Amino acid sequence: MTDWINVIVQGVLVGGLYAMFAAGLSLIFGVMRLVNIAHGDLIVLAAYLALVTTQSLGLNPLASLVVVVPLMAAIGYALQWLVLNRTLGDDLLPPLLVTFGLSVIIQNTLQELFTADPRKLQAGNIEYESFPLIEGVLIGKLPLIQFVLAVLVIAALQLIFYRTALGRAFRATADDSDVAQLMGLDNRHVFALAMALSLAVVAIAGVLLAVRANFDPTIGPARLIFGFEAVIIGGLGSLWGTLAGGIMLGVAQAIGAKLDPGWQILAGHLAFLVVLAIRPQGLFPKVQG
Amino acid sequence: MSVRFSDRSARLALAIVAAALIALAAAPLWGGRDDLRLLAEIYAYVALASLWNLLAGYAGLVSVGQQAYVGLGAYLLFALTILLDVPALLAIPLAGVIAAALSLPVAALIFRLRGHYFAIGTWVIAEVFRLIASQVSALGGGSGISLPIAIVTSIGASRQEREFIIYWLALAILVAVLVAIFTLLRSRYGLALTAIRDNELAARSNGIDVTRVKLIVYLVTALGTSMMGALIFLQKLRVSPDTAFSVNDWTAFVIFITVIGGIGRIEGPLIGTIVFFALRQTLADLGSLYLLMLGAVAIVVMLKAPKGIWGFVVDRFGWQLLPLERRLTGAS
Repeated sequence: MTDWINVIVQGVLVGGLYAMFAAGLSLIFGVMRLVNIAHGDLIVLAAYLALVTTQSLGLNPLASLVVVVPLMAAIGYALQWLVLNRTLGDDLLPPLLVTFGLSVIIQNTLQELFTADPRKLQAGNIEYESFPLIEGVLIGKLPLIQFVLAVLVIAALQLIFYRTALGRAFRATADDSDVAQLMGLDNRHVFALAMALSLAVVAIAGVLLAVRANFDPTIGPARLIFGFEAVIIGGLGSLWGTLAGGIMLGVAQAIGAKLDPGWQILAGHLAFLVVLAIRPQGLFPKVQG
Repeated sequence: MSVRFSDRSARLALAIVAAALIALAAAPLWGGRDDLRLLAEIYAYVALASLWNLLAGYAGLVSVGQQAYVGLGAYLLFALTILLDVPALLAIPLAGVIAAALSLPVAALIFRLRGHYFAIGTWVIAEVFRLIASQVSALGGGSGISLPIAIVTSIGASRQEREFIIYWLALAILVAVLVAIFTLLRSRYGLALTAIRDNELAARSNGIDVTRVKLIVYLVTALGTSMMGALIFLQKLRVSPDTAFSVNDWTAFVIFITVIGGIGRIEGPLIGTIVFFALRQTLADLGSLYLLMLGAVAIVVMLKAPKGIWGFVVDRFGWQLLPLERRLTGAS
């Protein structure tokens, strides 16, 4: 019994990371109806930026966030301003194909620069320390920090969206970009800010991913898929729903891995397909997508 | 007033296509072993890109998971021949039919996702297929399996005979795919597809059953893609989950080919494949840099000339290689 409690607790903790993959994806979809196929590769890019930062400055991985988050946000602003803004319109194809091309470019550039060898960030003793929740269920400090960070990120996004002028601009542009423009908002700037915020979240997710497990240039697409599944399971447009979706995905994967190690990822996909079959609007939908 | 398809340039082009086809069918007479291999690979990419073009360019179903059907076709071929002793040449169409049947429940699921999310949904399906394939220990699990010698020799006794047969099969499947797409586009469904491509809402309000048309296109694409997938891996003689369900080989290249050649036009994939192979033959040594450049070219084309090379030619000169455009004549 404690075996299974342990599986579920670990799944919940990983789910926080998936929710963070999902939050950045869901944010830009909400504001500009763009699905960024390169999202997963940008997470991996953040992981490599953290690697370079920790190695060259001798920082602790978690401290490298101070550098990586603003850097990724700047990349996001520039990317949106220079490339992605040109693709937005009624046609679905250009943003999809351009971000797909970006994904291939990021993967192969990282491969050229860092080779295909798996890397990992060392965070020191905190990686191994844990405390018992109940008899037989250990909670690692690092997974717990990651989960708490994920909840804080979601709460912060919720606050930005519903309590600040920036959030009001996001929501106005999402509702009707033409009218928002008439009210004096510069859509291109609003979109660029949304992408900057999305990549700031991506940066946190990337650093946490790099501390938790091995990474190499090719693992981006799978992160995109996890994030996407969490968005759909949770329901479009709901940030707290996204957290729930990430947790469900994490738990499904943990249960799959417990049954057979080869089933970990597959179990997550199957959970997603089951939700799609019986409740396509997701568990906590907010907008019709 | 009447509606006509062809004009002089199209009739001329049709004659050229027919002559080229005869020359290509006779390739074993004039080409060496490497030529045949390269040509068969080119046919595979023209077919895959034409099918993706039908799906994304005409039906608006932008899939980044067509490797699901390349891999499914390949695995069905190996399963049918190794486990059920089906003759290899019969197994190819059979793999296509089974994959098409499987595409119906898949469509029922992923058609619930709209637009961009549909694209990632197709990718999830491909990943599910890949992970299931790597769990089938009778077909080598994660490391894959080679086609047993007995099955290989059953295709043709000598190596040369086998190579000829596989070459002709590749050409035959390509021609079948192109004829099927051509016929579909000239039928009522073609008119419906063009309407959907131009404005889905307007098409719907004119009484077109959009979901039904899209489903038919998805099914036809699954059929063609998996047959080509089966043939590609019959030529390779070995299948593994990572090669059969490779997103780079069977989707990234295919998308770049179509975008560069001209999406939403039947000639686009042909032009794109020629450009793709010309680039590959000259830049093959660059490794991953080559992929990087291809991605960059595709992005620039999408931003600067979204209709691709052929779209540019059509706008400039009004040519069409195949008589598909409906033209009004005889104003009275």
